[in-house]
Amino acid sequence: MPVGDLLPELILLVGAVIIVLFAAFSSHDRQAWAAGLALVALALATGFSVMQWSRAPMLSFSGVWALDGPAIAAKWLMLFSGAVTVSLSPQWMRSDRRHGEYYALILFALLGMIMMASANDSMQLVVGVLLSSTASYPLVAYHRGWAPALEAGMKYFLIGALTNALLVIGVVVLFGLVGDTDYARTAEALVDADPFALTIATACIVLGLSFKLAAFPAHAWMPDVAQGAPAPVVALLSVAPKIGAAVALARFVLLLPVDQAWPAIVALIAAVTMTLGNLAALRQSDVRRLLGWSSVSQSGYALMAVVVIGAHPQALRALLAFLAAYALANLAAFAVITHLRGRTALDDYRGLARAQPIVTAVLIVALLSLVGIPPLVGFFGKFLLFEVTIAAGYGWLAVVAAINTLVSLFYYLRVIAVTMFKAPEGEVHVLGIWSWLAMLASVVVLLVASLGVEWGLGLMASLRFAL
Amino acid sequence: MILTVALAVPLLGALALAGSKRWSAMRARWFATGAAALSLLALIVAWFGFDPSGPLFQHVDEVRWVPSLGVAYRVGVDGIALAVATMSALLFVAAIAYPLDARSEPRQDHVQYYAWLLFLQAMSLGVFLALDLLLFYVFFDLTLVGMYFLIGRWGHGEPQVSALKFFLYTFAGSLALLLAIIGLYLSLDPHSFDMRVLIERQPLAGSGLYAGLVFLALMLGLAIKTPLVPLHTWLPQAHVDAPGPASAILAGVLLKMGTYGMIRLPFAMMQDAFARYALAIAIIALVAIVYGALVALGQRNLKRRIAYTSINHMGYTVLGIAVAAAAFSDTDVARRLALTGATVEMVAHGLITGALFLICGSFWQRTGEYDLDRYGGLARQAPLLTGFTVLAAFASLGMPGLAGFVAEFQIFAGTFAVYPWLAVIGVVGILITAALFLDLLRRLFFGSRPLHLVDFPDLNRAEWGVLAVLTLGIVVIGIAPRFLLTLIEASSAVLVGGR
Repeated sequence: MPVGDLLPELILLVGAVIIVLFAAFSSHDRQAWAAGLALVALALATGFSVMQWSRAPMLSFSGVWALDGPAIAAKWLMLFSGAVTVSLSPQWMRSDRRHGEYYALILFALLGMIMMASANDSMQLVVGVLLSSTASYPLVAYHRGWAPALEAGMKYFLIGALTNALLVIGVVVLFGLVGDTDYARTAEALVDADPFALTIATACIVLGLSFKLAAFPAHAWMPDVAQGAPAPVVALLSVAPKIGAAVALARFVLLLPVDQAWPAIVALIAAVTMTLGNLAALRQSDVRRLLGWSSVSQSGYALMAVVVIGAHPQALRALLAFLAAYALANLAAFAVITHLRGRTALDDYRGLARAQPIVTAVLIVALLSLVGIPPLVGFFGKFLLFEVTIAAGYGWLAVVAAINTLVSLFYYLRVIAVTMFKAPEGEVHVLGIWSWLAMLASVVVLLVASLGVEWGLGLMASLRFAL
Repeated sequence: MILTVALAVPLLGALALAGSKRWSAMRARWFATGAAALSLLALIVAWFGFDPSGPLFQHVDEVRWVPSLGVAYRVGVDGIALAVATMSALLFVAAIAYPLDARSEPRQDHVQYYAWLLFLQAMSLGVFLALDLLLFYVFFDLTLVGMYFLIGRWGHGEPQVSALKFFLYTFAGSLALLLAIIGLYLSLDPHSFDMRVLIERQPLAGSGLYAGLVFLALMLGLAIKTPLVPLHTWLPQAHVDAPGPASAILAGVLLKMGTYGMIRLPFAMMQDAFARYALAIAIIALVAIVYGALVALGQRNLKRRIAYTSINHMGYTVLGIAVAAAAFSDTDVARRLALTGATVEMVAHGLITGALFLICGSFWQRTGEYDLDRYGGLARQAPLLTGFTVLAAFASLGMPGLAGFVAEFQIFAGTFAVYPWLAVIGVVGILITAALFLDLLRRLFFGSRPLHLVDFPDLNRAEWGVLAVLTLGIVVIGIAPRFLLTLIEASSAVLVGGR
């Protein structure tokens, strides 16, 4: 068995196990050391996945595991968001004296998400989704003494249980149709499959993945989780599962025969998701909830690339560029919120610019990148999306997205206006040096990505799925 | 290189100001004025180095940015861009040197005010100098960000509401523009954002619905910025609540991006489509001319009235552009005349309305009042203020010997040859403008003086010094416009005659 192909994942697994053991046998004041272990594991995993880049694209473990450009690029993004989350956490978790296994859960969740992005087999996909879901539920409800966290965890779990079950049903129906779980053989067998059963299987699998994407119709957990979960966890859960699920969905829809109307359905989901997320964000007076809804709407944009994934050769590049841009901006935004000790009511952000000019600048850069104001990297992400959708004949979807961008500008500006134009009230407490560094790291990466767009696009130019 | 200098100096100045914590407002103002003036100087040097008989675009700089998307940092000017950019730089120097009319703001954050103005200058000049569609869009959007913070933070009345409305409304235009730009980009093979290639190849000539949609989106985006009736509703509120110098920039520079964009994008790149819709656009421009003038006449608020005259004047510019685009082969001279007139109108309107809005700022600083009924009889008490306002108002209503006349004469002369009836109706607009400015002057400066204006101070040195420079520009263009016309005609001949 080519175990070397799984080195990054194995490191995450071993790291998580070591952390669990460490947390069980070490004293309360050393629990935060687990963060260091987690960072080491993430760094090693990143290093090994960088080494995989030159060998891609290929399939490993009898075609179950894809080692291709999209999977590895997604892996980097997820590992980076994991690293930001971990470095935001020690000071956030200080009040919880036994929290070592928290880091293990983060690694398990990441492992599941990475499996989603790399899965070239429907059972593998199920395992990835389930692993990331089960590890995420306790993360969301980690502040077990706080009612909103429990409510968020409960909602997350209920919606997750339902959609995961649907996903499994979909995969089972698919298996019944083709008699195999491997994607390559699935694609061959689907050409003359029963269209009705295939529609059911597709619908169930798309629904199951829409939960991980926080896309309509399984998006309802996102705002609650954004508000109730520990702020570093939100940074992770608003970013990493989306990346994994988007790549998994793109991989899956490419298997479907052309006569299935999946592009139209995904386009519809995209349009509804972005519109719904934006409209709901408009009236929010809670910044974390607002960003939660914004994250829903951003999933809608990402799905635009999935719609044309089979119709335009550069759609995959657009998808990954957009996901990267979104991930960097959203991580920076939630790093700011964590650094401000989870400050959440919009009114509490009054006059932040005077008290914390740098933090405010980071927040503004992150929000403007989310809108897609050039020359920030968010603009290039959206630009590529618009380009591929228009070129592939989905002009109406680009127009819907443009209108939605306009709507989204309104609520991002509301936050910016409060920080810049209002008089400050009271003192602003911040978390500490770790969250400060994580915040700076995320915004520096965001700015570097904005300046180095050419390099990033060059890296992604030749991306394709190994199939 | 010289154009890059003109862009980089204000941008570096803005960064320096944003990073400095302890500067006094006075020092920041001098520093910012210096940076803006250097940028102006660079453009003047570019002007002297411009060869009217040379190629269309000169002083071209090109640096790779994102070659895989066909994007590059490309700047360069033709006569039209250079004229508008130089006017903009001059107006920025004036707006920065002019005292800020913030009545109650604490002084310490004025350093950032100057930083934002310099940032806005760099971005605005970028719009006029860019030769790359995407770069153009980048600058076009970033001017919104700059203006948003200027209005929201240093405005008065309901600044945040106005700033938000301004940003959302004009960003809607930007997005329409972005979709159109992508449409243009995809029509080239290989895909590129190079404006020179687009102008040369006319990729959408005669391609029916697709070209029509791209043209519509382009014009929609630019018409919001211009603004053309009925897309003008963001303008009055943004103006009324903005600080005086920002208003001057908004009217003098930002509105020009709409009309300049019309010349640079649809006019130059989609001549076929523009020719097809020229009459419709000319009629819309005519509506803007008459409607803008009539609504301005009805305003009792000083700043609102001037804001509506902007709609009227930008209507002349669009009329000139539409006439120049019309496809009548025997009217080349007239169409060239109209395009030159439209450009002169941009320059003239920038200087004149810039001066008028700076004067509005002085009124607000002294009384906190824009209501015309609360003024009167200031002629004796504030002779300098009266003099400059009268001159700017006369220039705005098209008095011969001043800049506005040169522009409007050429536009109407050109229109008369192509669409005679539109010219006849359009002249009515000038008549109404004359009425509204005379009424404005009467209410401000003549008649009896209300009691609360007894200690109304005249302009101080900084104020009249700035206004004197702008006025000088208005008079020089009015009396000896040759230097400006040579520059513009070089390009309008290529653009109009080049089909």
